[in-house]
Amino acid sequence: MDNDSPLLTALAHDLDGSFETLVREHQDRLYSIALRLLGDPRDAEEATQDTFVRAYRALGRYDPVRIGELRLRPWLATIALNLCRSRLGRRRPARSSLSLDAPLPGDVEPRTDADRGPAEVAASHDAVSDWAGLLLTLPAAYRSAVVLRHVDGLSYPELAVALERPEGTVKAQVHRGVALLRTAFEAAERREREEMTA
Amino acid sequence: MTTTDTDVEAAMSALRTTAPTTLRPAVLAEVGLADLYARFESPIGPLVVAWNGLGVCVVEAADDDDAFETSHLTRTGRTAYDAGELPTRLATAIARRLEGDRRVRIDLDLRGHTDFERDVWHKALEIPHGEVRPYGWIAAEIGRPKAVRAVGTALGHNPVPLIVPCHRVVRSDGMIGQYSLGGPENKRSILRAEGLDPDGLESVARSGIRFVGSDTTHIVCLPTCHAAKRIASRHRVPFRSLDRATAAGYRTCRQCRPGSSVMAA
Repeated sequence: MDNDSPLLTALAHDLDGSFETLVREHQDRLYSIALRLLGDPRDAEEATQDTFVRAYRALGRYDPVRIGELRLRPWLATIALNLCRSRLGRRRPARSSLSLDAPLPGDVEPRTDADRGPAEVAASHDAVSDWAGLLLTLPAAYRSAVVLRHVDGLSYPELAVALERPEGTVKAQVHRGVALLRTAFEAAERREREEMTA
Repeated sequence: MTTTDTDVEAAMSALRTTAPTTLRPAVLAEVGLADLYARFESPIGPLVVAWNGLGVCVVEAADDDDAFETSHLTRTGRTAYDAGELPTRLATAIARRLEGDRRVRIDLDLRGHTDFERDVWHKALEIPHGEVRPYGWIAAEIGRPKAVRAVGTALGHNPVPLIVPCHRVVRSDGMIGQYSLGGPENKRSILRAEGLDPDGLESVARSGIRFVGSDTTHIVCLPTCHAAKRIASRHRVPFRSLDRATAAGYRTCRQCRPGSSVMAA
């Protein structure tokens, strides 16, 4: 991307002097990716830290031409994604999305205002944890695709690079993931309404 | 009420959040572009320890935090972030090292210092707990027998006292000498904590004794060598010089290598 150019030039010629700028510019998005993939803030912070450390070491090995050709957003997202995947792989036996600790979809406080639209709901804190909980129930491939596209805002071409899949495949994964989330959200809402009228 | 894909997409973009403030310092420290620091209770009072992903880079007497951060930045060019406390692994490692356990590994970040300084500090690391060596011994051991004064200066600039035990290096005349971490009294109390008697050592030195031999093994040592400390008093033979010991048929100890302190003298 064009707006990467000054930073890439700086990274290529003075990695130590410019690396902090890279961290400042990408820490929120990479932390958001990790948090939404892993669900646990402590884990997400560690995964994000590891992402930057890997990036720093890789940049130290790359020659200036290679750094100049990098697309920072998808490149960093790929590193974060791989680190999150290996963390999920390590902890799977201890903690799955169905464990007692994990928030179950729809397991939220009863809403006082049942008429609020989803966009409004999404702005409130409860809704954030609600949607975050739903996201964690998605199969990993869909979760990664949705997080990178709609939480992080990568374009489809960038997503194809980050996920190392054809653009058509990642598009289908994103659409399927969004559809699954919508269904899960509606089911949770239905359950809630039934509980309130029961 | 129906939910649309657009609603889901809006909800997803609302899941974007901000990184914890601890993240950036942790990243920069891990790659060695910044340092973390914390206070540490030592036998000689509160100290500040600073470290990064490469190792420990500073041990010094605790100042107020602002003053420390400013002087640290001036000295190293790196920002120091208050970490609150030492990581457990590092705290345990330092505590065990101070108790004399040399097996515990503590990585050091000695970037920005000369090869000579690093040679001096690495050599000082070899001096066992509860023993001392003269400045000249270090100079000879690192192959710079004429650089005794420079060794003293390098030890004075030791950025990680206690971990690199410059308190175990004494003047060539056997006097305890100066100490960078809060002055000579601190040096004496650290040595006392290691089981040495600084006053006793100085009084032996003042009487001109530099070496101690055993008349059963005919091995001659520096006075604080652990082998010398085991010699029973009836077999203990004091020497003023190594020449006299050699003339009397003694060979030098392979552990404390007393010859090194003479080469430089």
